[in-house]
Amino acid sequence: MAAARTVPSFTPAMLVTWILFATVPFWIERVGLYQYLGVEILIFALYALAYNLVLGHAGLPSFGHGAFFGIGAYAFGLAQSNIAPNLWVCLAVAAFAAAIAGAFVALFISHRRGIYYALMTIAFGQIFWFIAIKAHRITGGEDGLLKIERLPASLGITTFNLGSNIALYYFVLAVFAVVSFLLWRLVHSPFGRVVKAIKQNEIRARFVGYDVWRYKAAVLVVSTTLSGLAGGLFAMAQTSAFPDVMSLHYSGYVVMMTLVGGGLVSFWGPVIGAVAFFLARDVIGSFTTGWMLWFGLSFVVLVLFKPEGIAGIFAGVMKGRDKIVPRPAAAPQSQAR
Amino acid sequence: MPLFEAKDLHLRFGDRVVLESVSLAFEAGQLSGIMGPNGAGKTTCFNVLTGRYKPNRGQVLWQGDDITGKSPQDIARLGIARSFQLMNLFDEFTVFENIAIALPGTRRRGHDMIAQAYADTALVDEAHSILEKVGLAGRANDEAKSLSYGARRALEIGVALACRPKLLFLDEPTAGLGSDGRARLTDLILQLKGDLTIVVIEHDMEFLFSLADEISVIHWGQVIARGAPAALKTNPWVEASNLGRLN
Repeated sequence: MAAARTVPSFTPAMLVTWILFATVPFWIERVGLYQYLGVEILIFALYALAYNLVLGHAGLPSFGHGAFFGIGAYAFGLAQSNIAPNLWVCLAVAAFAAAIAGAFVALFISHRRGIYYALMTIAFGQIFWFIAIKAHRITGGEDGLLKIERLPASLGITTFNLGSNIALYYFVLAVFAVVSFLLWRLVHSPFGRVVKAIKQNEIRARFVGYDVWRYKAAVLVVSTTLSGLAGGLFAMAQTSAFPDVMSLHYSGYVVMMTLVGGGLVSFWGPVIGAVAFFLARDVIGSFTTGWMLWFGLSFVVLVLFKPEGIAGIFAGVMKGRDKIVPRPAAAPQSQAR
Repeated sequence: MPLFEAKDLHLRFGDRVVLESVSLAFEAGQLSGIMGPNGAGKTTCFNVLTGRYKPNRGQVLWQGDDITGKSPQDIARLGIARSFQLMNLFDEFTVFENIAIALPGTRRRGHDMIAQAYADTALVDEAHSILEKVGLAGRANDEAKSLSYGARRALEIGVALACRPKLLFLDEPTAGLGSDGRARLTDLILQLKGDLTIVVIEHDMEFLFSLADEISVIHWGQVIARGAPAALKTNPWVEASNLGRLN
């Protein structure tokens, strides 16, 4: 009998990532940065991981994902003032609203692929962005939705105040850990493998009996749900929600994070990309206002010469190290002659 | 009643008629061949029978039930599998996973988002037994894209077999194979013959005439002859269609 083929639920890379992030509040100010940056990085790392489910794992080029992030942000704010000022309720509403929007979009685009899929996602992204700007009475239009509160996290026996950036950081880290663990399981589940098969060969997947449309729709909905969750956290972090995160250029940011980090070859690539993006914004941005020019150039260079991104470069270095074989011991003199 | 039947199929692409009044019947447990010159409409016919194209007219029957116009996935789930003339594999998957993903057991659990994909040892065993059958047992962990042409052909058939079909369509399985590869494939098909109903499109007349119980000849989008291999060799329509290699 052959052995089962399984992957570990917890990997060294996963544990190292979580532990490394857990140390950030202790040193981030010592290196000249600030606590809120850590919150932003974690939220966008979560968003990029969710986005990569569609781009990297399913091979579906969605270029309007900012819409779902934004819908999550607005839904969080609206739920707070209209349903209940409860963190769990508001986060659930944020995720649910983005899921509904994702399901609606999936209905129209799941039979498409390639450039047509990309164009449709851009079109839907623009529609949602336009609605956010024009529905002034609901979203606040271009002024945004203000006075969103950082709600306390009630765990029944105790309640955590998330008012400070450090407390919010650890809350977001907990969400990030849970979501990254679940996504890791998902990409190695039967569903994840089918999605990967569809990415490689949609026609063959249909001829071995998979309803490709359903899988493409389902993976988009999972991704938009988690993007909405990230959007809800972002609304809480910045205590407001604005339409700009739904715009095309904001949607482009998550694509850049994912590709620069190496989401096409590595599960953790989007996290690396999110870190690189925000560090570039703040570090290069401290020297020049044109930081995006330099980050954009590095994006172009990576896509041209190393499309596997930073994770791909790292994997290449490690592979190269493995290939270095130790020099054989010197032959005995008699043989050497 | 034949296991699978096509009645009076018509298909046109724009103003070009590709299939015209094509009727075919495949009996359970038999190996049927389809031959004809390049561009005759053989692969298009396969594409209609397996759901890729919907015919403009006519019927496709499976065990007497009308399955005309059903999607490829619905047809695959009935137990009808196919291989492709131009190889259609999951190139980034290992050889093992190409087989495992096509197993009905994996398909049934396809919406499970939490469990491990290949934790079930029975499923892993089943995949390995198919790999053994197609001669790829030693290559289970290799990426499909790293295989030689002959090994990819074998994997192509392995993926179709993994669907646990009752009816197997093979589209030019010997294309590009050397004499060794062809001999291995003949052995494999002989092994499968009897357990499965098989339909083969083939240009290699020697191969087809040595295996088939019945052959249909398609030319100009029509079935111009049908019968046992021996009878077909002397069929005047077949001779007129310039398939000179028959004699």
